[in-house]
Amino acid sequence: MIKAILIFNNHGKPRLSKFYEHYTEDTEQQIIRETFHLVSKRDENVCNFLEGGMLIGGSDYKLIYRHYATLYFVFCVDSSESELGILDLIQVFVETLDKCFENVCELDLIFHVDKVHNILAEMVMGGMVLETNMNEIIMQVDAQNKMEKSEAGIAGAPARAVSAVKNMNLPEMPRNINIGDISIKVPNLPSFK
Amino acid sequence: MSPSVALQEMIRAIRSARTQCEERGVIQRECAAIRAQFRQADNGGRSHNLAKLLYVHMLGYPAHFGQMECVRMIASPHYSEKRVGYLGAMMLLDEKQDASLLITNSIKNDLSHSNQYVQSLALCTLACMGSAEMCRDLAPEIDRLLRGTNSYIKKKAALCAVHIVRKVQDLGELFAPAARSLLSEKNHGVLYGAVVLITELCAWNPETLELFRKTVPDLVQIMKGLVISGYSPEHDVAGVSDPFLQVRILRLLRILGRNNEAASDAMNDLLAQVATNTDSTKTVGNAVLYETVLTVLDIKSESGLRILAVNILGRFLLNNDRNIRYIAMTCLQKIVGTDHNAVQRHRGTIVDCLKDQDASVKRRALELSLALVSASNIRSMMKELLLFLSSCPPDLRAEAGSGIFNAAERYAPSQRWHIDTILHVLTTAGGDMRDETVPNLIQLITNASELHCYTVHKLYRALLTDISQQPLVQVACWCIGEYGDLLLRGECQETEPVQVTEDDVLDALETVLQSHMSSPATRAFALTATMKLSTRITDNVDRIRSIVSIYGSCIDVELQQRAVEYNALFKKYDHMRAAVLERMPVIERNSPGHTNGVSVGEAVKEIQPAEVKQGLLQQNANQVCDLLDLLGGSEEPVQPSLAQSSTAPGMSVNTASTAGGDLLDLLGGLEPTPHAPAPTLTAYEKHGVTLTLSCEKQSDSGLTVTLTASNSTDSDISSFTLQAAVPKSVQLHMKAPSGDSLPARGTAKVTQMVVVNNPNKVKLKMRLRISYTRQGSAFQDTVQIDSFPEVSTAGH
Repeated sequence: MIKAILIFNNHGKPRLSKFYEHYTEDTEQQIIRETFHLVSKRDENVCNFLEGGMLIGGSDYKLIYRHYATLYFVFCVDSSESELGILDLIQVFVETLDKCFENVCELDLIFHVDKVHNILAEMVMGGMVLETNMNEIIMQVDAQNKMEKSEAGIAGAPARAVSAVKNMNLPEMPRNINIGDISIKVPNLPSFK
Repeated sequence: MSPSVALQEMIRAIRSARTQCEERGVIQRECAAIRAQFRQADNGGRSHNLAKLLYVHMLGYPAHFGQMECVRMIASPHYSEKRVGYLGAMMLLDEKQDASLLITNSIKNDLSHSNQYVQSLALCTLACMGSAEMCRDLAPEIDRLLRGTNSYIKKKAALCAVHIVRKVQDLGELFAPAARSLLSEKNHGVLYGAVVLITELCAWNPETLELFRKTVPDLVQIMKGLVISGYSPEHDVAGVSDPFLQVRILRLLRILGRNNEAASDAMNDLLAQVATNTDSTKTVGNAVLYETVLTVLDIKSESGLRILAVNILGRFLLNNDRNIRYIAMTCLQKIVGTDHNAVQRHRGTIVDCLKDQDASVKRRALELSLALVSASNIRSMMKELLLFLSSCPPDLRAEAGSGIFNAAERYAPSQRWHIDTILHVLTTAGGDMRDETVPNLIQLITNASELHCYTVHKLYRALLTDISQQPLVQVACWCIGEYGDLLLRGECQETEPVQVTEDDVLDALETVLQSHMSSPATRAFALTATMKLSTRITDNVDRIRSIVSIYGSCIDVELQQRAVEYNALFKKYDHMRAAVLERMPVIERNSPGHTNGVSVGEAVKEIQPAEVKQGLLQQNANQVCDLLDLLGGSEEPVQPSLAQSSTAPGMSVNTASTAGGDLLDLLGGLEPTPHAPAPTLTAYEKHGVTLTLSCEKQSDSGLTVTLTASNSTDSDISSFTLQAAVPKSVQLHMKAPSGDSLPARGTAKVTQMVVVNNPNKVKLKMRLRISYTRQGSAFQDTVQIDSFPEVSTAGH
C-alpha cells in the first residue's frame, strides 16, 4: 500500500502532498520536512530506495523517489509494493503530467495543483494503484474536464476573455433618459465580476 | 467558473511574498476572506474558495474551517463543485471528524448517479477516507457496482472494495463471488483491480484462500497470454506487455502457491517461461523477473527452478544499476536461511558491495554479509567486516559492531583471534558499541588465562594512544589493574613487550582519571585499578595512597564512596588489603544472555568493597541500636545483608548512633518502687506524668500487663502514646488504649493492656517509650522496667 505521495522542489517546498492514511497537519508537515531532509542528502547516482525515516509507518516502509530537474517525486510505500514497480509508476505519472500539461514544468504544478490531484486520483486510489495505462488516464481526465467546463457558463470562458470584459471601461450609463415628454428608466445591467 | 483563475491569483500573491512573515500575512488575509465567503449562503465562486483553502492547507496552515463547506459542496448538483468538494473531503476530513458522517448520504446518492464521473468521485473518496461505519453502510452498493457493466466503474469499485475489506474484515465474504467473476474480464484495469482484491481477501481469511486456489489455472492462462502474445500497443511499457499486471498476478500466485503442492505444480511451467522469456535490459523487465524470483523461492517449486532463480539474482548482483543490486540483496536476505549454500556462491560480490558508496546498498550488504558468516569463512569475512567498520557511516556502526561480536563469538577459531578482533573493534568504533560489550570482554579475558600477558600489553599500548573510546579505556583499566604485575615484568612471548615502569603505569591511569573525556564509569574503573595496583607494585604505594585520598572529596558520589573505602582499606585494614585485592577468579558465563554477565561481573566487583564494609559495620552495629529492638539480644552483632551493604551510606563513623545508647541510660536510675508483693508499680514519674503498671498472670507463660497513665500538671496532655519492647524470645501484643488525652490535674486516666507471652521463661524486661504533646510542644521519654512485680495468678 502506498502511504503517501509527495512532490517537493530542491528547497523542500511542497508542490503536492497526498496522504492515504490519516495524520494531523503538524505530522504531515513534519513528514514532508523529514523526507526532504533524507532525500536531498542523496547523491545523483545512488539507488532510488531509502529506508530509515521514523515517522510514517514505523519500520515497514521505504521511500522510493526520483529526481526530475528541480522536483523530487517521492512515494512512501510499505513492503507489499514492488519497488521496481513503483519506480515505473513514478515514470508513468510524470509522463502523464507531461502529456496533460504539454512540457510540464514546476510552475505548472504550482498553479494547477487541483488538476494534478485529479490526474493522480485516476492513477492511485486509496493507496493502491488503479490504472497504469497512460492513454486511459488521459482520456478519463479529459472527459471530466470537459464536463466541468460545460457547467461553467460564461465563467468557463478562457481567462483572457473574462478579464478583457472586466477591464472594459463602459461609460457611465445614465439612469434616466429624459427627452421631452419621454422618460425612460434605464434598467440596471448586471456587472461582470 | 473553473477554480483555477482565482486560485492562480492567490498563488501568485503568496509566491511574491518575500519573507515567511509576509507569506503568513497574505495567507491570513486570504483565509479571512474565504471564511467570510463561506458564511454567505449562495455564492457563485464557492469552488475556488475551497481550492484556495486546499492550497493553503498543503503549505501547512490550518484549514479545518473548510470541513463544513466540503460537505455542502459535495451535496451540490454541479460537477465542478462536487469535484473540489470531494478533493477537500479527502484532504481535510478523516474518520475521526464528525463531518465525515455527514457525507455518507451524499456518497450513497452519488454512487447511483447517472454520470459515471460522479460515481467515480464518490468511489475515490470512499476508498481514501471511508471509516468502518461508512464502509459497512455502503458495501452492498459497491458490490452492486462490481457486477455492473461499466469497466471504468468496475475497476474503481474493486479497489474501493479492497479498502472496505481492510477496514472491516468480515465484509470479505460479501465480495468474494464478485471478485471471482471479475477474473474473466478483458479490460486490464478491471483485471488488475480484481487481482488486488483477491490478494487482499486471501490475506485476511484462510478459507477464502482455499477457495481462490481453484483460480490458479485461470491466472496462469492470463499470464501466458501476456507473456507470449505479440506486441500490444495499448499495454506495452518499454517492450513488456503490461508489467504492472504481470507483477500483481505473480504476487497473487505466490500467495496461492505457498505451502501447497498442487498449486505450485501448476505454476512451475509458467514461471520457467516468464523467467526465460522476459527481457532484462530494461527496468520493467527486471521488475517482472524479480517478482518471478520471489515467487519461485516462496512456493514449493522444483529444484531446477530454484537454481534458475538464484542465478537470476546473481546476475542482478552484477548489474551496474544500483537499484537492481539493492533489490537482489533484499531478496537474497529472505532466502539466506533456507538456501544458504546457493547464496554463499555469491559471497564475493556481496562483500564487494560493502565498499559501494551508496548507503542503502551498504546497509543491505552488511546485513547479508553478517548472515553469511560461517565457520569456514570467518577469517576472511572478518577482515572485510573490520575494514568496513572503519569506513562505514555512523548509523550503521552499532549494527556492524554487534554483528561482528556475535559472529566472533560463534565462530572464533582461537581465543587470541577473538580477543584481537574485539580489541580492533573497540579501537575503531568503541564509542558506538553497546554497554554489554565491556563485561563480555572482561569475562572473555579472564577465561583466556594464558593470554593475560599478551592482552595486557596490547591494551596498555592502546590506552597510551587514545583514551577517548570509553569501552576500550574501561577494559584497559580493568586489565592493567588485574594483571599489572605481568605488564611490569616486561616479558611476553606473544608480542613485543613494552618496557614500562610503575610510574608510567600510574601516569596512564591518572590521565584517565583526570581527563574530561572519561565518563564517570570509566573513572570508577580507573580508580579501582589504581587501588589494585597497590598490591601488585612495590615502590609507589604512597603515590597510590595520595591519589586515592584526593578522590575522597570528589563531587561524584560513586567515586567519593570508593575513595573513602579504599582509604579506610589503607588505614584500618591494611592487613586485609592483599586478600581483598588479589586476582579475580574466572567469571562464569551462566547463559548466552548478556545481562547475566553483567550481574555476575558486577557482583564480583561489589563483593570486595562489601567485605570491607562489613567489618566496619560490625563495629557500629553495637552502637546503633534501634530503640524498640532487642534487650537480651543486643550483645549479638547485627549482621547486615550483602544487598544492604551496597546501598548503605558511606562508612563515616556513626557518632549519632551512640545517642540511642545514651537514651537507654537516661532513666536507668529509676528504680521500680519496691512494693514487693504489690501487683502495681510506678514505672515512670516525670514532668507530672505518672505511669503505673500492674500484672496479671494468665497462663503458664502468658501475662497481662495493665499500664495506667495520669497527669498531675496544670495543662492538658494530648496525643499520649505508649510503645513497648521486650526481649527477643518474648512475644508482645498491645491492645488499644482507652484514649490518648490526659486532662490536667489527674481528672481522668488512660489505660492500656499489654499481653506478654514468655514461653522460654527468660527474665522479663520491658522498655517503654512515652510520647505526648503538651502546650503545643512534643515530649518523648523512655523508661526501662527491669523487674516486674511478683505476678499474682488470675483470680486473686
